[in-house]
Amino acid sequence: MNAAFIFDVVLAALVFTIATWIIAARDAFSAVVGFVAYGLLLALVWVELSAIDVALTEAAIGSGVTGMLLLGAASRLRKTEPTAVSVGLPMRLLAAVLCALIAAALGFLVLFPPGTIFTLAPDAMAHLPETGLRNPVAGVLFVYRAFDTLLEKVVLVLALVGVWSLALDRFWGGIPGLPVFEQPNTVLTLLSQLLPPLGIVVGIYMFWTGANNPGGAFQGGTVLAAMWILVMIAGLQHMPSTDRRMLRLLVVLGPAIFLVIGLLGFALAGSFLAYPPGYAKPLIIIAEAALTVSIGVTLGLLAAGPPERMARR
Amino acid sequence: MTLALNIFTALAVFAGTFFFLAGTVGLLRFPDALTRLHALTKADNLGLGLVVLGLLPRVEWPFGAFKLISVWLLVQLSGAIVAQLIADFVRREEPHA
Amino acid sequence: MASILIGAACFVLAATALGLLRILRGPADADRMMAAQLLGTGGVAALILLAVAVRTPAIVDVALMLALLAAFASVAFVSSASRSRDKAPPATDPR
Repeated sequence: MNAAFIFDVVLAALVFTIATWIIAARDAFSAVVGFVAYGLLLALVWVELSAIDVALTEAAIGSGVTGMLLLGAASRLRKTEPTAVSVGLPMRLLAAVLCALIAAALGFLVLFPPGTIFTLAPDAMAHLPETGLRNPVAGVLFVYRAFDTLLEKVVLVLALVGVWSLALDRFWGGIPGLPVFEQPNTVLTLLSQLLPPLGIVVGIYMFWTGANNPGGAFQGGTVLAAMWILVMIAGLQHMPSTDRRMLRLLVVLGPAIFLVIGLLGFALAGSFLAYPPGYAKPLIIIAEAALTVSIGVTLGLLAAGPPERMARR
Repeated sequence: MTLALNIFTALAVFAGTFFFLAGTVGLLRFPDALTRLHALTKADNLGLGLVVLGLLPRVEWPFGAFKLISVWLLVQLSGAIVAQLIADFVRREEPHA
Repeated sequence: MASILIGAACFVLAATALGLLRILRGPADADRMMAAQLLGTGGVAALILLAVAVRTPAIVDVALMLALLAAFASVAFVSSASRSRDKAPPATDPR
C-alpha cells in the first residue's frame, strides 16, 4: 500500500463516480460537462497506465472535439427535451445489468489473461533504431502499421463528408452553424488573441516532438483545431464557407501527401509505404507536417457541424 | 545543498496542497456560484503556483523549468479569463443566483 | 522524495475529486461550467507532481495539453449555455 496505489484507487473511484453521475444527469448540458470532465480524467488514467501518447490524444479530443460535438448536439436537442420519451425502470435495470456484465467480463480478462499473451513489442523496439525514430508509438503509426494510419486519415475525410451531407440540399457548400458568442465580449476577445498563438506553438511542438517523445501529428492537429474553433467562437474570424477551394485542399493535403509518399515507396524501396534506408525519418516528418495541418482543419470543420446557411455572394 | 533544495520542494509542495485544500473547502462551503468562482480560480491557482515553484529545482534546466512556468502562466491566464466569462454569464442569465 | 510528491498528487487529486463532485451537483449551469477549469488546475497539479516523481518529463506535456484544452472547453461551455438561453432561433433555421 504505497502512495501510487492510493492515487490509482482515488482516480479509479473518481472516474467511476463521474461515469455514474453522467448517466444519472438530468439534462444534456450537464451530461456533456460531466463527459468532458470524464475525458480529462481519463487522460490521467492513461498517464497512470504509462500510455502518454494516448493521454495526450484523450486530453485533446475528449475536451476539444468531442466536447464541441456533444455541446452542439445537446443544444440542438434542448428544444425536444420536454417531449422526449422516457425509458421505464425495468429497461434501465436491464441495460445496467448488461453493461455491468460486459464490464465484469472485460475486467476478468484483464486480470486473468488466458495463458501467455503474444506480443510483438520486443521486435518493434529492436527494429526502431533503423527507422530513425525514438518514439515507439510513432514507429508503429508510421512504419510498422503505416497503412492503417493512412486509412485512418482517409476515414477522417470521409467522416467530414458525412457530417457535411447532413446539411439540407440547398445549404450544401454553405457555412457551418458554429455557435458564435452572441454578445460582444472583450474578455473573450482577449483570450482568443492571447491563447491561439500559444496554442499554435504547442500544436507545432506536439507534432515536432512526436518523433522522439510522446506526441505526434494527431495531438498537434487537435490543438490547432481547438485554437481555430476558439477564434471563431469569439467572433474574431468568420467561419469559412465549406465550398472554398483552399479549405478543401487543406483537408485532403495530409492524406494526399502521405499517399504520394506511399506510392513513392514502390519506386524507391520496393513496396507500398516502404521507406528507402536513411530517408525514413525525413519522409515521415514531411507526412506528419502535412497531416497535422489537415487534421487541424478537418477536426475543426467536424466540430463546426453541417452547413446551415449560404454565404452571401 | 540538495538537502536544502529537498526541504524547499517539500515545503512549497505542502503549501501548495494546503491551498488546494482551501480552494476545495471554498468550493464546498461557499453559498453561490460567484463566490465559488473565487475559491476555484484564486486559491487553486495559488496552490498550483506553489507546486510549480517547489518542483522547479527538480526539473531539467532550462527547458523543463520553462515548460513548468508556461503551464502555470497558461493556467493563470485561463483561470482569470474563465472566471470573468462565467461571472458575466451568471450576471446576465441568472440575476437572482 | 518521490513518495512525498506522489502523496501530494494523491491529495490534490482527492481535493479535486471532492470539488468536482460538488460543483457537478451545483444547482445552476454556471456551477457545472467550472468543472473544466477545476480539472484544468487540479489535474494539471497532479500531473506535474507525477511527472517529477516518476521522472517522465513527457507527462508535463500532458499537463500543458490539459491546461490549454480545459480553457477551450470552458469557453465552449459558456458559449453553448449562453446561446441556448437566447430564445430566438437563428434566422436561417430550416425548421
